[in-house]
Amino acid sequence: MAQEMKVEGRVQKSNKLRSQLRTDLIGLGFIAPWLVGFLGFIVGPMLVSLYFSFTNYDLLSTPVWIGLENYVQMFTNDDRFWKAIRVTFIFVFGSVPLKLAFALFVAMLFNTKRRGVGLYRTLYYVPSILGGSVAIAVVWKQLFGMNGAINDVLGFFGISGTDWVASPDFALSTLIILVVWQFGSPMLIFLAGLKAIPYELYEAASVDGANPVVQFFKITLPMLSPVIFFNLVMQTIHGFMAFTQSFLITEGGPMDNTLFYAVYLYEKAFAHFDMGYASALAWVLLLICALFTAFIFRTAKSWVYYESEGGN
Amino acid sequence: MMKNKKTRTLLYHGGIWALGFLMIYPILWTIASSLKPESEIFRNAASLIPTEWNWGSYAQGWEGFGNLTFTTFFINSTFVTTMVVIGTLFSSTLVAFGFARVNFRFRTPLFVCMIVTLMLPQQVTLIPQYILFHNLGWVNTYLPLIVPAFIGGIPFFIFLMIQFIRGIPRELDEAAYMDGASTFSIFWRVVLPLTTPALATVAIFSFYWTWDDFMTPLVYLNDTKLYTVALGLQMFSDPSSVSAWAPMFAMSVVSIVPQLLVFLFFQKYLVEGITAGSVKG
Repeated sequence: MAQEMKVEGRVQKSNKLRSQLRTDLIGLGFIAPWLVGFLGFIVGPMLVSLYFSFTNYDLLSTPVWIGLENYVQMFTNDDRFWKAIRVTFIFVFGSVPLKLAFALFVAMLFNTKRRGVGLYRTLYYVPSILGGSVAIAVVWKQLFGMNGAINDVLGFFGISGTDWVASPDFALSTLIILVVWQFGSPMLIFLAGLKAIPYELYEAASVDGANPVVQFFKITLPMLSPVIFFNLVMQTIHGFMAFTQSFLITEGGPMDNTLFYAVYLYEKAFAHFDMGYASALAWVLLLICALFTAFIFRTAKSWVYYESEGGN
Repeated sequence: MMKNKKTRTLLYHGGIWALGFLMIYPILWTIASSLKPESEIFRNAASLIPTEWNWGSYAQGWEGFGNLTFTTFFINSTFVTTMVVIGTLFSSTLVAFGFARVNFRFRTPLFVCMIVTLMLPQQVTLIPQYILFHNLGWVNTYLPLIVPAFIGGIPFFIFLMIQFIRGIPRELDEAAYMDGASTFSIFWRVVLPLTTPALATVAIFSFYWTWDDFMTPLVYLNDTKLYTVALGLQMFSDPSSVSAWAPMFAMSVVSIVPQLLVFLFFQKYLVEGITAGSVKG
């Protein structure tokens, strides 16, 4: 009798195990495409490139182990690497806050029931659709060129411009303007966030005599902080990845003043075929991005407000 | 009081139009420059109205360079983009269903891995992947552009689909399950038909990003016959080869027409896609 029950229990247990195994297989079957890509195209190649980063490798001959030499060279003896870091940081810290501020400003303008807002939203979003394209990059160069439209307008006011994209002082600024101009996506996200703020909060605040400025700082910003946080993370990562603008408009110049990290990495890999060094550069970029994301997430606790957590 | 309100409305719309004009000025300028006579483009640079309408630049630009016309580049871009859209729809729906609906072990850690790759800059994997594709002999083919889409190369789309599928009531699956449907037929017959709006969003985004993409084709395609529109335009606008500006502006306009059309007709799905991940999630 006892024997029988034990057997039954074992059968049940093995049935349960079998059914879980079946579910596992079904689940893995569904996610298989991603799993293959994740292991085969991301994790695998990245580990291999970690190895290459300790070698001298030109794609054709066999890699030669050189230990930490690539990294040592990068940090102690590569001025262009430091230049690229500097340029990229100026670009990210110049463009992201401006872009978000502008996006929030326009989103607040559009957060109204006035007529025509739908049309305006479309109009303001157009640059974001096209801004990353080669076409706009090509145009930007001419727009800010010596004989471009910008100087034509400035000339009308009696100001004689310069060739903005070829000027060491202004080239990076023209690229920042190009990126800030594409504020459409964060704008839409802010707009959705603004619409989710309960109107009663503002009503109560007005009754208490809070003026619009106070309302903005005490209601809008805190209520919007999760959305600001999301935009900040996404745009920062996006900023570190910037490539096309510099590559096409200024070609990293003049005097490396717009040498984005991604452009430098491209140059090392595909102009010099120094794959070992480029692998090392890619890993350093990964670390920088990871540090930044971690930093933003760390500080988030003190300024991002989540409703479910209750008041601060 | 009434008058005050009217003034404010007027100021509001006036301000938005003024700023909006500034916003799309570069695009209008491109179109205007493509229609101006060559000599006028940089003489009256800021003007948006050509003194003389010069439509010939379009035909001239379409001729391309060497013996390659923009017909080739458009065919190439259309092929690559279509394949990427198909691949993205295939992988993102299957994988999202797996994560959203199947209770397999290790689901959570794998999901976390997926989210982490969501924030991985493209350049970090560019070199490793290039070395891999080089060794597979895929360089100078469309495979490095297309294959990643079929294996969930852009996790953003998977994430988007997961968010959407989570919003579909589970009772529907359970009812089908009671009727003896297999997991796959629940996916195929119950869930997939309900995800149409999300499918549209995914398709439109992958269309945009592929059509626009410059770096990937630049890295992998060497043969000019394989060039996409983005690469062709870059080649066409190369300072050393540009002899006439108007055709270059004309081709810039032509290259953005598909994006503009898709945007005008499907912007609803686009807006949903952009806001779905950030506000709901």
